[in-house]
Amino acid sequence: MASSPVARVAGRIAVPVLGLFWLAVTTVPFLFMVMTSFKSQQESFSSSVWALPEALDLVNYRSVLEGPFLTYFKNSVMVVVISVVLIMLISAMAAFAFARMRFRFNDALFGLIVAGMIVPIHITLVPIYLMTRQMGLYDSQFALIGPYVATSLPISVFILTEFMRQIPKELEEAARLDGCGPFAIFFKVFLPLSGPGLSTIAIYNGIMLWNEFIFAYVLTSSTGTRTLPLAIWDYQGQYTANIPAILTVVTLTSLPLVVAYAFGQEKIVKGMMAGSLKG
Amino acid sequence: MTDITTRPADGGAGGTALSLKTFAPAIFLAPAVLLLAVYLLYPLVDSFRLSMFDWNGLGSDARFVGLDNWKKLASDALFWEAAWNNILLAFFSVVVQMPIALVLAVVLDNAGKGSRILKILYFLPLLMSSVALGVLFKYFYDVTFGPLNALLDFVGLGYLAQDWLGDTRFALGAVIAVVCWQYIPFYMVLFMAGLASFPADISEAAKLDGASETTIFWKMKLPHLKGTIRTAIVLSVIGALRYFDLIYVMTGGGPEGASELMATYMYRNVFSSFQLGYGSTVASGMFIVVILIASVLMRFSKRYETEV
Repeated sequence: MASSPVARVAGRIAVPVLGLFWLAVTTVPFLFMVMTSFKSQQESFSSSVWALPEALDLVNYRSVLEGPFLTYFKNSVMVVVISVVLIMLISAMAAFAFARMRFRFNDALFGLIVAGMIVPIHITLVPIYLMTRQMGLYDSQFALIGPYVATSLPISVFILTEFMRQIPKELEEAARLDGCGPFAIFFKVFLPLSGPGLSTIAIYNGIMLWNEFIFAYVLTSSTGTRTLPLAIWDYQGQYTANIPAILTVVTLTSLPLVVAYAFGQEKIVKGMMAGSLKG
Repeated sequence: MTDITTRPADGGAGGTALSLKTFAPAIFLAPAVLLLAVYLLYPLVDSFRLSMFDWNGLGSDARFVGLDNWKKLASDALFWEAAWNNILLAFFSVVVQMPIALVLAVVLDNAGKGSRILKILYFLPLLMSSVALGVLFKYFYDVTFGPLNALLDFVGLGYLAQDWLGDTRFALGAVIAVVCWQYIPFYMVLFMAGLASFPADISEAAKLDGASETTIFWKMKLPHLKGTIRTAIVLSVIGALRYFDLIYVMTGGGPEGASELMATYMYRNVFSSFQLGYGSTVASGMFIVVILIASVLMRFSKRYETEV
């Protein structure tokens, strides 16, 4: 056809070559991370960085897991679970009002909330820090929940409102004829039918909050209250020279999401894309 | 609800049902509005208020200084250098990420079966926290123990080895490289979705008319992606203006401010120099810069919705 044989062969070679090249670019840093985590501190200084570990030594993992790592982990799970549940409920309620209720300022208020997506959270940092101190919540896991839920709301309300607008009006009418009020319609019709939208916002916000750094860094200060991203920070502050131990912490911190990813890649990719696109 | 009168009024009970319905929107919106008012709107306003004080954040000796902090900000070279770095970050994010992401999207679009597993693996960096990546790449770039210099040495380019993060000439570039490394797959997936939405029968028809794959790409698929590319540019610029975590972890804004961004500069003023007042001015200034640039961008590129 129109393309010359040379061009076609070049095309056929370029695809796997480029595909594998980027695979290397992506995996090399991870390879370095995992390989180093199996080395002793001594080994990491003396042998070449790219030498395989002498033995599959789990000593770094053991020592990290015996330390406060699990406390960080527990805090992360607690903060993220509570926040995500609240985000789902609160944004679904607001989305229901925006999608299906007629009231004054509906559009204006919706626009205002959605505009919240563009606010850089850094401007809220100092006032929230001062407010948290005043509320007596400073250095507690609960200090994080308010900012986490609030900063996730604009995007979540936006996604869910779009979603709920697609739910057929007939279902709502039928429920109303059965004598359901707004609350029954919300809980019995809209919430169950919003499953895919809710799972999108749960995945997106779950991952974002699991990785969140700055609020956690500013609003908590002790090991007992800090979340996983701070585990990395605290370890690297304490053991600057022990590269294998620090990379072990990095590996362990990333593991939960990698495991989750192994089970639901498509859903996670979709959720991350939807969240970031609209956010 | 949409229509209050559809429900038959049944005397007194109807009255309460009506008032319940009148208040229903308020009840459904209250939690969201309350939280946003407390954790987003109030802090926004409070930041501007604090920007007019001289205060170390500890005592009650906050001193009202009016617009002094703002005058200081206007002539604060460090702030404008940081803002400039944000703009460089935005510029290079777009210039580096978009072409590579587009090439990869086309490659995966043609890769057939292998594309799924590659896409999944490429996407991994996006799941990592920026602290994890920051620490990982800090060691990756390490001058003596870092694998990057070792790699350069290995391929005979040892003379290119550098103190990547410790050298004012390279620090910002080194950090931008990590940002690109993490986000290229994101834009790749975005472009793949755009390519997938290109109607197959149109490219079939073009092929029958003798058009080559290359022609189809440049003349038909690329124009089809225009909206997606615009969305990608807006996202990456806005992201670059608000960047903090990765840079804070990798360089702290250094050396000598070489990789300082507006957000890291704000953080340093507040939590290292304890100038809460001036730090709030920096934060508010950053807010204004972000909103200005974002609204200009949005004006020039109507946001296109892309289904993934």
